Amino acid sequence: MTIAFKPNESFRPPFAYSNSDAGILRFPFPFPSDAYMYSVNLEPHVRGGPTEAFSAVFDVDEHYIAECRERDLVLRQDPKRCLVLPHMMSAQWDTVELIMESLAADYPDLFSLERDGDRWTWTNRPLQIHNQFIFGEADTLPRPPFEYITRQAQGDFTLQDQRDGDLFMDGGMVTTQADWSLAFDLGMSFHEWHGPVPLAHEAGVFDRALQYLLRLQHGKPVRRLNWTLTVNPRLDTSPENYPNWGPDKTSVTAENVGEKLHVRVELQTLFRLPRSNAILFGIRAYLASFSEVVRVPKWGRRLHRVMRDLPPELVAYKGFTRYYTTAVDYLSRCDDGAPTTLGIAPESDLREA
Amino acid sequence: MTVQAMLNPTPLKLRVRAIETLTPSLKRLSLASADGKALPPAPPGSHLTLALPLDSGRTRSYSIVSPADERDAYSLIVRHAQRSRGGSAYIHHRLAVGDLVESAVPTSQFSLHSLARKHLLIGGGIGLTPLISFLHELRSRSRSFELHQICRPDEADAFRHILEPFAGPDIYLYTGRAGLDLQAIMGRQPLGSHLYACGPEPLMAAVEAAATNVGWPANALHQESFGASGGAPFIVRLARSGRDVAVGEDETLLEALEAAGANPPALCRGGACGECITGVVDGVPDHRDHFLSGNEKASGRWVMPCVSRAKTDLLTLDL
Repeated sequence: MTIAFKPNESFRPPFAYSNSDAGILRFPFPFPSDAYMYSVNLEPHVRGGPTEAFSAVFDVDEHYIAECRERDLVLRQDPKRCLVLPHMMSAQWDTVELIMESLAADYPDLFSLERDGDRWTWTNRPLQIHNQFIFGEADTLPRPPFEYITRQAQGDFTLQDQRDGDLFMDGGMVTTQADWSLAFDLGMSFHEWHGPVPLAHEAGVFDRALQYLLRLQHGKPVRRLNWTLTVNPRLDTSPENYPNWGPDKTSVTAENVGEKLHVRVELQTLFRLPRSNAILFGIRAYLASFSEVVRVPKWGRRLHRVMRDLPPELVAYKGFTRYYTTAVDYLSRCDDGAPTTLGIAPESDLREA
Repeated sequence: MTVQAMLNPTPLKLRVRAIETLTPSLKRLSLASADGKALPPAPPGSHLTLALPLDSGRTRSYSIVSPADERDAYSLIVRHAQRSRGGSAYIHHRLAVGDLVESAVPTSQFSLHSLARKHLLIGGGIGLTPLISFLHELRSRSRSFELHQICRPDEADAFRHILEPFAGPDIYLYTGRAGLDLQAIMGRQPLGSHLYACGPEPLMAAVEAAATNVGWPANALHQESFGASGGAPFIVRLARSGRDVAVGEDETLLEALEAAGANPPALCRGGACGECITGVVDGVPDHRDHFLSGNEKASGRWVMPCVSRAKTDLLTLDL
């Protein structure tokens, strides 16, 4: 597999970000039907899905190098975006093992792992990293194990410890988040860190999801999609940096909405880790501008219908209020009223840009 | 695009590398990766589900006693059960070095508590096996623990041999229950200790009784249990077509429906998402899901075929 990386992309002003045509077609569009509501939309994380983004354990795409550099920039400003509690050391090594083995198996041209007992050699060609280390001995790596490997993967990761019939967010690498803070949530239980979500608690969504995740089995990862909208191609929309991105919401106009507003999809994956019995939660964010998304006719129609019919509580919770009408007006021009088929596969070529 | 397992191609293919006779009724097996590729790590407390060539077609699960970092082979210790339904008898009398066997990826429902100040392990007989995988983890991480293990007098040498790699002042071996004063042992542990017990029913009952007497916190008492994926076979009748489908001991209702070509929608396959909810026309469901409310379960009007089964020999569904 050859990936044409775009190493000079920027997720902060001056922005420089776009998806290639192939990048648009592999986008994990989040709506399988024309209406959206919270549900426990978990399914087995198996290879082969409606778009190419579902083809690897940890998806690597054309934005890989630029996203890893963006992560480094965030960590330089705010090292506390990566926090792991002391009792999670075996979960750190579990994560190293899972990510290294998966990347090396899925992308042999880009990554390689050689193991000689506990002496491991890791090579990351896109980032030009080459390290020999002793598996299980943290001081043989240049950084703590979890930070070391999650700096080399796209998307955020959290570690959930399982004890006393609950899950606790006891670690994470969170630099590309949709307005939540690891430093604030660290140590919280499953219901505590989901506290702010509207409507879903009453529907029992979190009770059921927790019971399901407590029984998550090693070797049988699961996934779900989540979504929001982001103004400008920003990955770091954190509470810590709200002054940087909050004002962006006032900048959306009828003229620039197609380029400014991005559908942000999180391909969330959950893995039971073997040694620690913890759960690794991957939150892989994909960004595509409205003008890119609507080049798939089915997605343009559906995005309009979902946004138009979104419950007011969700419009407020997701922070769309300021530009909601502008967004729906833009999308209405991409919806000819034709029926759509169930599922997220694009089912056609792209419209001309 | 075809759908296939993301992590490990299953089933795992294993080759019997060594068989060691520990006592007339205990054998230790080493099962190596048949193709030489690294096996998935075996979680502490995990079991290996083997597909042995038995007439019943049933699988058998045995605790793994090798450490998670051992990736070229899994080790098991198997007791020849007196009432063997075929599995342990096959392993003891027919399985030979070089044989190929298939297994699922090892999974665990019995794990160490990450914040325990001290770990207290209590084992009876072959119940030692999941505790051995804990010993690897506790020793390699220099964690505070005690193991109290009971065995039959005639097997004392074998158990001493099994425990030899872990030998130390925190390992106690008893020949028979008499020497083991559970209440005294539990009573002297520091606050924040967690207890893990695995053994025959009378020992488990004694542990529970001692826990009650000393006021041991319920959340700090862990007992080995296997998942309830299977159960007694039953017949499911599809009301709309009148067809009958047999549901075997080791398959789920959903798998049986799918094998018969009836494909109800399904997503999580773990009783959480609600996607496969199916109406019940007749018969009593054995609910094992987390989706239906208590009242909904009591009504008997719906069933989640991905995890639930039947309490009656016949379950008629609105399919």
